[in-house]
Amino acid sequence: MSKRKGKISHQPLGECITQVQRILRERYCQQKLAKGLDGVGAQHKHLEELLRRTAVYGESNSVLIVGPRGAGKSSLLRSVLQELLEEKEVQENLLQVHLNGLLQTDDRIALKEITRQLHLENVVGEKVFGSFAENLAFLLEALKKGDRTSSRPVLFVLDEFDLFAHHKNQTLLYNLFDVSQSTQAPVAVVGLTCRLDVLELLEKRVKSRFSHRQIHLLSGLTFSQYLDRVRAQLSLSDDFCDSRFAQEWNASVKNLIEDKSVQDVLQRHFDCSKDFRSLHVLLMLCLSRVTLAKPTIKASDLLDASRLCLADCKTNMLHGLSIVELCLIIAMKHLNDVYEGEPFNLQMVHNEFKKFLQRKSNSMYNFSPPVIVKGFEHLQQLELVRPVDGSPKTQREYQMMRLMVDRSQIMEALQKYPQCPTDIKQWALSAFA
Amino acid sequence: MKYLTRRRAKRVYEWRGKPLSFNRKLKTYEYGSLVISMEGVPGTMVIQPGQHILIEGEDDDNPYVARVLQLFGDENQEQKKALVQWFVRLSEVPYSKRTLLGREPHPKEIFFYQGPSCENEVDAESILRAVQVKHVDNAAPFPDSDTEETLYVKLSWDSRRFSVLDSAQLQNVDERCPPLTRTKPSLPPSPPRSPPAATPTSRARSLRSLPTPDPEVIRRAATAEVQFSSASVGKAASVEVESLHSATKLSASKCLSAKRRKMTSRTPGVRKKLNLSSPEKSKEDFLNQLLDEELNSEVKLAHRLSSSSSSLPLSSALTCSLTPLRSARKNSAAEAASRLKLAPVRLNRRSSTEDDSPSETSRASTPSRRKEVKSVKEPTLGVLPEADCESSPNLPVGATPRSSKRKSAMKVSSRIRKQLNLLNSQFDPDSDGDDEDEFVPSKKELQSSSEEEEEDHHSDREEEAGFDSDEEVVRKRRRSSAAAPQTPRSRQKPRPTTRTPRKTPSRKAPPSTPRTPRHATPSIPNRLLPTRQPANVLEEARIRLHVSAVPESLPCREQEFQDIYSFVESKILDGTGGCMYISGVPGTGKTATVHEVMRCLQHAADVDEISPFHFIEINGMKMTDPHQAYVQILQKLTGQKATADHAAALLEKRFSNPAPRKETTVLLVDELDLLWTRKQNVMYNLFDWPSRRHARLVVLAIANTMDLPERIMINRVASRLGLTRMSFQPYTFKQLQQIITSRLNKVKAFEEDALQLVSRKVAALSGDARRCLDICRRATEICEHSAADPSAAGLVAMSHVMEALNEMFSSAYITAIKCASLQEQLFLRAVIAEFRRLGLEEATFQQVLVQHQALCRVEGLQPIGVSESLAVCQRLGACRLLLLEPSRLGVLQRVRLNVSQDDVLYALKAD
Repeated sequence: MSKRKGKISHQPLGECITQVQRILRERYCQQKLAKGLDGVGAQHKHLEELLRRTAVYGESNSVLIVGPRGAGKSSLLRSVLQELLEEKEVQENLLQVHLNGLLQTDDRIALKEITRQLHLENVVGEKVFGSFAENLAFLLEALKKGDRTSSRPVLFVLDEFDLFAHHKNQTLLYNLFDVSQSTQAPVAVVGLTCRLDVLELLEKRVKSRFSHRQIHLLSGLTFSQYLDRVRAQLSLSDDFCDSRFAQEWNASVKNLIEDKSVQDVLQRHFDCSKDFRSLHVLLMLCLSRVTLAKPTIKASDLLDASRLCLADCKTNMLHGLSIVELCLIIAMKHLNDVYEGEPFNLQMVHNEFKKFLQRKSNSMYNFSPPVIVKGFEHLQQLELVRPVDGSPKTQREYQMMRLMVDRSQIMEALQKYPQCPTDIKQWALSAFA
Repeated sequence: MKYLTRRRAKRVYEWRGKPLSFNRKLKTYEYGSLVISMEGVPGTMVIQPGQHILIEGEDDDNPYVARVLQLFGDENQEQKKALVQWFVRLSEVPYSKRTLLGREPHPKEIFFYQGPSCENEVDAESILRAVQVKHVDNAAPFPDSDTEETLYVKLSWDSRRFSVLDSAQLQNVDERCPPLTRTKPSLPPSPPRSPPAATPTSRARSLRSLPTPDPEVIRRAATAEVQFSSASVGKAASVEVESLHSATKLSASKCLSAKRRKMTSRTPGVRKKLNLSSPEKSKEDFLNQLLDEELNSEVKLAHRLSSSSSSLPLSSALTCSLTPLRSARKNSAAEAASRLKLAPVRLNRRSSTEDDSPSETSRASTPSRRKEVKSVKEPTLGVLPEADCESSPNLPVGATPRSSKRKSAMKVSSRIRKQLNLLNSQFDPDSDGDDEDEFVPSKKELQSSSEEEEEDHHSDREEEAGFDSDEEVVRKRRRSSAAAPQTPRSRQKPRPTTRTPRKTPSRKAPPSTPRTPRHATPSIPNRLLPTRQPANVLEEARIRLHVSAVPESLPCREQEFQDIYSFVESKILDGTGGCMYISGVPGTGKTATVHEVMRCLQHAADVDEISPFHFIEINGMKMTDPHQAYVQILQKLTGQKATADHAAALLEKRFSNPAPRKETTVLLVDELDLLWTRKQNVMYNLFDWPSRRHARLVVLAIANTMDLPERIMINRVASRLGLTRMSFQPYTFKQLQQIITSRLNKVKAFEEDALQLVSRKVAALSGDARRCLDICRRATEICEHSAADPSAAGLVAMSHVMEALNEMFSSAYITAIKCASLQEQLFLRAVIAEFRRLGLEEATFQQVLVQHQALCRVEGLQPIGVSESLAVCQRLGACRLLLLEPSRLGVLQRVRLNVSQDDVLYALKAD
């Protein structure tokens, strides 16, 4: 089949598949924006109007975009900006400053970054970055010099806005909001955050200066919409280089979505989270399985990818343990069952393990104490056990520990453990040690 | 008396030659030259009037420059004084004004000082040496500095602007100096020797050899007798006088400003002379007058006789001396002539009020009182002489300038009221009735009181006139008709409208400072395309409602405005310092009110109602460290850059040392609580400086909490802050409504009910005006969007406002829960179930997980893995629907709800 198709298409099949992978990867890695975010029309319009007014009328504004992770906050802002920048009036006026709370961890760094992004550092000549205080005074002076009608508006985008609220005195936020509420250079301050209680983080005078505009991105997506979304994310557009291939690809995607097992998998993902980022991870995994020999996405690909995505990390880690370590984990599990989650120490675990050995009277697992200690240390390094907070520093054998793995994870791991000795399995399943 | 700071080498100062003349009033001898010899240095320096000298001051590298006008000493040869004309260096010009120069200053450039009052009499022993000063034509370039000792003067500086100085102006200084000295040298009192010298401290200089009547005395006696008597009465003046004071002073100063305006159109030479009769001479005038009274008492009789007979020689003698002064107001010679004819008549009037003078002189004869009048009242009196130059009605000028109802403040507030009345009568005829009732009477009261005052003046004047003969009345009429250009103006002035036109443009067009390339401060680049103009009513309303839009007035803060205004004004007039603490929750107009006060005061200073002052603003939030406050103050005051410690030392020196030409500094400290340090030394200094004798610093501190001084300040700081406190109450809904209405200012964009809803809602929550404006702005947007055609959008209605309110005030938690995914909702349910089981508001993830998995089974879903469930939990935690411990604790982390259980159940049930 592939051979036949390869002959008819204008482009060799390999070329087409490379193209498909490039286009879809760009889509999933958020390098290219999907056209028209559905379901956020009102928010889109609100934000667009707001930014347009800043750019065109020089009106200062401040707004927060609030929504859970992966709800499309940055995408919204980017698509709005993309649209606005197509207008000449906006493009020639608007200056942009992008800050991220995870990168600019204090005001000092943030100020330097602002100065850099506004290209103000060359104005001061060789004295680029003085002290923090000078930098602040310098920047405020620069903003103060402007006025509504004459200076170019500046757009401040503060990603992870809530982290800026933890800066000392909230100096940066106060000053940005203060500029936005006074007759200085026009600014638009756009904050992106996933915290719903972000306003409670602001100090009262900072809060008073904030305009209290919040754009909430809370999608009430239904499952059928979700399926449409998946299809849209997988489909190729009409302007693909080989139209014939695109048609076939789109038809195969349509079939895939209608498959019952695929819908079950997607339902499960949808139940877990509605955000696009986890969906993109899933689809990316499927996409990587598309090869020359198998030029479409099959239902089995999606199932495998889903299994990979939903796999329990702790269970996977338990697979890599040695028998000694596994025995220790099982001993800890029994201790947890008996003492109802009370912390334990190495000595208790060792005793529990010894009880098992005595019952079995099997010398096969008769490890010397140093081996036991070594195994225990390894578990601690893997953070499968962790010392109780605030316990006094005592000898290693007596340090109190807690197990970080849930009972269900242990049982699951034992099921899958390659060549697991039967007696150990039985010991793990037995109600009484 | 000043400049005691430095003695590098001991200098010996001696007069050379015999005294040229002796001033009988002041008991001073004038000398031709002063010889300075330095120990260890051979040779001597000779200083003569007309030479330029360096005078030691604060800055050792840049001593003051001045020109000697006169040298004199007291009769005991103890004190040597020099009367000087000051020059200023650029470094002495206030930092903010330096840019007015508009070019690079030459390092050796100095400016001829023409500004308002400053002590022009210095201790001769502070003279360092002579210096060469050359006048350079304004267009000409500076010559290459050949010697160290040559300074160049091109321009003059009158504390407001630089103006071109021609050499004639410089020459004038010489010409006028010997015959026309207006200073009263402040020599220590020497024991009285003769009965007429019963007022030992007041010795005015008179160079006339014969005791002829001083023309000024005559003039003044005619018009302003009452004034001076009350001024000399000083603090003994009654309360009634005090209450009347402000009006008089104001009218006087208005006249002065009118005069100033006229002056500017004059030739420089004339202006030069006129400057002499401007404020700096005021106190001397006053004292001169008192002294002359005594001196004249001997010759009074003869003098009165001659004047009453209006003998021609005398009046002609008066003519010459009067002309330069008169020309201040009168351009035409005819007018001047008509004035001169009055001179005898005025003398008559003087004699008619002579009954007052004995008591007046006797009261003034206590040296201490006199001294007090001189030193403390200086600024107040500085305004006085203008009053008597005019024919406007005058009343006793009050002893203290501390009257609470400043006319200017009243003017502003009454203007606000007027505006509001206008608006309300249009917009809101019924709902605000009671509020208006509160307003209107007070306004009328204010106006009528000012009117009454005026009537008082008037009747006083008429009474005065009543003493005179019929002929006099006729002349008086003529005089007032001659003075017509001024009289109506001074009459109009207390009307509330006068300030409006002048103030508004000044705000609309802030002065653009020309940029010198050296001080190129960075700025946001200019936009390439111009801003679009608002197209419809809603857009217009939106611009007006933006918090940054400066309103024409600040309604609802009249009382606070007046209190702050009178506080600062009185401090400026007194030349003293003080602190005021202003508190109030955010968005109640604290900073805006202070800025408004400063704008009004600045305006008042521009028209010479009060002496000029610096206004400096620092904000605790706009600095990185409390100690940066010093750096910022110093930078704004002088333009110097220094480290925090150095700046503190410099400021300390500046505020504790005396200096001539010192202006009052008004310092606004916003967000005071952020200047808190453990030792509180920043706050301590800020509140300590105003209490220094020479500081002339007024500190206005703003913070949010009313009891900040009690809560965070240690005792010595709180004590220095004093008890002058003011608290801004949150706005009530009526006030908020007024604010919006006044901002909208006839732009009809809102329905009345909608406005009321917004203001009531905000008043109930916070009383924050910013919030109120933001909601209104959002409502206009919603209104615009809801209409199909933006241009056809109607008024903002209740529904739009409701929507805006919902957007801003409703919590998003419930919506967030409704929009959460199924597993997230299940997890929340599991959390509640676990809480109920435990009876606690906290559970570990492991415990919740059990519930979660059970719920999954109940709902018929595939069992959820631990990792999945943990991811769900983390997502909820990121939204802050749940409060979580750090995620490194894994399954052991504890979980709490950030929303009430009822809210969660409500949100989940509604599905």
